[in-house]
Amino acid sequence: MTTSTSPETAPLVPSFGEAESGRKLAIICSKGNLDMAYPGLILANAALGEGMETHLFFTFWGFDMINKKTMGDLKFTMLGNTATHMPQGLGGLPGMTAMATHQMKKSIADLGVPEVPEFLQQIVDSGGHLWACRMSADMQHLEKDDLYDEVEAIISASEFIEKTDGAQLLFI
Amino acid sequence: MPTTTISGHEIHVDDEGFMTVYDEWDETLGAALAAQIGIEMTDEHWKAIRFLRSDFPAQGETATLRRVSTVGGIPTKQLFTMFPQKPAKKMAYVAGLPKPRGCV
Repeated sequence: MTTSTSPETAPLVPSFGEAESGRKLAIICSKGNLDMAYPGLILANAALGEGMETHLFFTFWGFDMINKKTMGDLKFTMLGNTATHMPQGLGGLPGMTAMATHQMKKSIADLGVPEVPEFLQQIVDSGGHLWACRMSADMQHLEKDDLYDEVEAIISASEFIEKTDGAQLLFI
Repeated sequence: MPTTTISGHEIHVDDEGFMTVYDEWDETLGAALAAQIGIEMTDEHWKAIRFLRSDFPAQGETATLRRVSTVGGIPTKQLFTMFPQKPAKKMAYVAGLPKPRGCV
């Protein structure tokens, strides 16, 4: 904005950035725990809302987020997670993982945040791209049909790096 | 608080230009705000904006994209088509509301 123009001739209008800023985000999702699935999904959703081209690459345990058999049933465990500030021994008791998972799912739902499959759909509807890792698919003997329908393809790590040329990258 | 004039309406805005007084808005002004950011309003655009306007007083904050789609009933894809690139912020601007502060 120039300093010499009066408010009448130059109304204050927010800048929504360039139509094609070229800003790009690549997120590598490598974890299959419920609590580690959300950071990538939330950041992808936020980036898309800011008009960024966004790609998610699911690898190793992150495959659980797009495997039709597991994606709706990710779990949260207290074991090995000192951030729950509970005695670690408690986490090993029968039923504790189920209870912790239930509690976490409820807290997430209470905030109006969707479960993993629905969240992935929202990301795709917002223009996000989902890719599955070739090596993880081979290790787990999974084919494209075993994966969430909106996954675009099973690709190699180098193909993902090619696709995300110039992107900012997050490894989760 | 700064003021600015859009199509002859003098309005209170924040530093970025988002309106700060709910009752200063009407649909004529909404159309003028939309024009400022290159959006031509259709019935479908108004459906989203009217949802935001009616949702705000009860919730005390601007609906997020997810809320507009799940509660307002307008699919996410369509919101990105109607308000390209940054739909949540653009809708808030046209509706004369603050930017949404929810994460999802």
